[in-house]
Amino acid sequence: MTEKIGVYVCHCGTNIAGTVDVKGVAEWAATRLKHRGVIIGREYKFMCSSLGQELIEKDIKELGLTRVVVAACSPHLHEKTFRTACERAGLNPYLCEMVSIREQVSWVHTDKAAATEKSRAVIAGGVERVIHDEPLEPLMVPIHADTLVVGGGIAGIQAALEIADAGFHVCLVEREPSIGGHMAQFDKTFPTLDCAACILTPKMVQVGSHPNITLMTWSEVEKVDGFVGNFTATIRKKARYVNTDTCTGCGICWEKCPKKVEDTVFEVGMGKRKAIYTPFAQAVPRYPVLDVENCTYFKNGKCKACQLFCPTEPNSINFDQVDEMVEVKAGNIILATGFDLFDATRIPQYGYGKLPNVFTNLEFERMCNAAGPTEGRVVLRDMKTPPKSVAIVHCVGSRDENYNKYCSTICCMQSLKFAHLVMERTGAEVYNCYIDIRAAFKDYEEFYKRVLEEGGHFIRGKVAEISDVARTPEEQGKLVVQVEDTLIGKQRRIPVDMVILSAGLEPRADAKEVGKLFGISCGASGWYTEKHPKLDPVATMTEGIFIAGCVQGPKDIPASVAQGAAAAARVLGKIQQGEIALEPIKASITESQCSGCRICNGLCPFNAILFHEDRMVSEINAALCQGCGTCVAACPAGAISGTGFSNDQIMAQIEGLMLLDVGPEPVAA
Amino acid sequence: MSEQFEPTIIGFTCNWCSYRAADLAGTSRMKYPPNLRLIRLMCSGRLDPTFVMKALASGADGVMITGCHPGECHYIEQNYKALRRYHLLRRTLAGLGLEPERIKLVWASAAEGARFASEATSFVEQIRALGPLHWGVSNGAVRSTGPTDRGQTEPEEVMA
Repeated sequence: MTEKIGVYVCHCGTNIAGTVDVKGVAEWAATRLKHRGVIIGREYKFMCSSLGQELIEKDIKELGLTRVVVAACSPHLHEKTFRTACERAGLNPYLCEMVSIREQVSWVHTDKAAATEKSRAVIAGGVERVIHDEPLEPLMVPIHADTLVVGGGIAGIQAALEIADAGFHVCLVEREPSIGGHMAQFDKTFPTLDCAACILTPKMVQVGSHPNITLMTWSEVEKVDGFVGNFTATIRKKARYVNTDTCTGCGICWEKCPKKVEDTVFEVGMGKRKAIYTPFAQAVPRYPVLDVENCTYFKNGKCKACQLFCPTEPNSINFDQVDEMVEVKAGNIILATGFDLFDATRIPQYGYGKLPNVFTNLEFERMCNAAGPTEGRVVLRDMKTPPKSVAIVHCVGSRDENYNKYCSTICCMQSLKFAHLVMERTGAEVYNCYIDIRAAFKDYEEFYKRVLEEGGHFIRGKVAEISDVARTPEEQGKLVVQVEDTLIGKQRRIPVDMVILSAGLEPRADAKEVGKLFGISCGASGWYTEKHPKLDPVATMTEGIFIAGCVQGPKDIPASVAQGAAAAARVLGKIQQGEIALEPIKASITESQCSGCRICNGLCPFNAILFHEDRMVSEINAALCQGCGTCVAACPAGAISGTGFSNDQIMAQIEGLMLLDVGPEPVAA
Repeated sequence: MSEQFEPTIIGFTCNWCSYRAADLAGTSRMKYPPNLRLIRLMCSGRLDPTFVMKALASGADGVMITGCHPGECHYIEQNYKALRRYHLLRRTLAGLGLEPERIKLVWASAAEGARFASEATSFVEQIRALGPLHWGVSNGAVRSTGPTDRGQTEPEEVMA
């Protein structure tokens, strides 16, 4: 045995020492594991303190330790601390193992003898494992300075602007004809009642004219290759049938287009657009898109009104345009693809789609918007009668075991905003049917107070049903909201003219496939999983892929903007570093042992394993490998080894945990 | 306290979910029996079936395999590979004349400390009921003097 191992057992005050005989365990390791190379076993009150760390550093220098085992809290808390201490003393940090005797021993067990015994086993496991540890060096990869931002809503816009303003190039890809996202559809924003367009459109214009931003709207990412620092995205630029080099966005084409189409995207079915169109007046970019499915020329071969009236020279309308595939290189990618609205028809008892005067929140936003289908008038579906009474139903599809368990977070404040707008514009009575009012952020509670003072009615209860079946004369011709008022313990039937459903937010319908494309995963509710829910909310498990805004979970505009900026800051940090250190926990293939069976090829979700047809062997791309180790476990020839978690390390740890090789008890002096 | 059988169980955990669930169980001071000893892997997909056989051959009476819930794997879908291997291992154990119930698969997210603790508790009970692992004859008529007898209670004697 050539290794010199130091074992350090932490008291953690009484956190560990209260249940584990720390002193005894340290002595046990020093005597009973001596034949395994343990030359010193120490205990200390707080190993993570600077004095505790110095203890290790001193022993490395003076006793010439070649391996270190620290038995303390979870490695997720202090592994880095102790590895850095080892590094300071000149020992490769990956020759230090941390085993948990707090979270996994002293805090979960009460029997002191059993906890002490388990601590011994856990330490023996660490000792056996550390013997097989290898010195590792982090893998350095250069970072391409360009960034790809996917999704041009407010989060993506913010991220793109932050990076572009810092002097680096951004490619912003948006699926729709214009950037702006859901925020562009809104009228007012809570709690300040700022006009959404007034605060959003200046940012959109900045994006459109920024020298460091390449804007690709009406485009979708179809393929992503590469790894952090060196991604290549293949983007489909869908045919617009408009030459963007010559088009001035004058608007004559859509004025002259004879074909009116129901706008199910931007106006959510409330208004009409032409077959050649921009979704809204302030769209960025200003060039229109020709909708092939509804264009008279594409259907009948006749019309061409847009081309006929186009004033530019040369003509900007090009019926022969085809989709174009563009390759974009990027060092980092920010995904900000937003959310879908919960489909309210999934709750049939709320009558959406059957009862005309039941609206969704997005429909109501469009109705309130001065540029929307009613020019800002709050009216019933007949587009002329203002309502005298309105019910707003909270938590539609959210906080509901049948649909989505989570809280969509924005609906309370949005509903309060609606209540205010209805009262302001129509003077109607407003009934908010809520489960809880969640007004948690800055100035939100004050806004709730304001709506209360303005005379909004609040009924605490989940709406059971909305129907047009009258039981009393005053319910005649009205929508009746059936709800239990849980504060007074009574069933109520509220006759109203209009109902607004505050439908919740859902992950995009294609979130899973898009996640797969970028190599990131969705959580149980379908939102993308962040690297750490508290401490790393914009990074993902895949290095170089960041998330911002509602892709990570429901959130309001300020939070989306904050995440957009946060993701940008993370990307800028990476760009500034120039290169990135990757955790050296990687798999590698010993070519001479590889039989070329290709079993591993299909197992890797990151496409990190490539097969050399000429030599009939597989090879792992270390930069792409995320270190999960699945291929290591699957290789029938044992040709793949995984650093940091090698077979030898784990097999040895098992033996240690089973206390298979414990030295004899020292003879009492 | 007359001879209640105390099994030793090796648990394999995923760095991202179940290991953190075990941490959370600790942080929340939830209790489970000390019979379970954990090994951290980066992913349940790293679980080489031979690790399980090695644990049993080394004297463990049961093995708990844990990972992220289906669809929540940090490496996208590698926990499904652990699921396949789990079924393979159960069949292998049965083929060897051992109780397949000595292996248990538990999905636990990083937020499920309580689940981790309760699954650990019930598994320890399950193995306690099965008794020590018999590497002998399938009906348990003959008891081997194999590694099982090196219980964790008297390790000194074994090694002495």
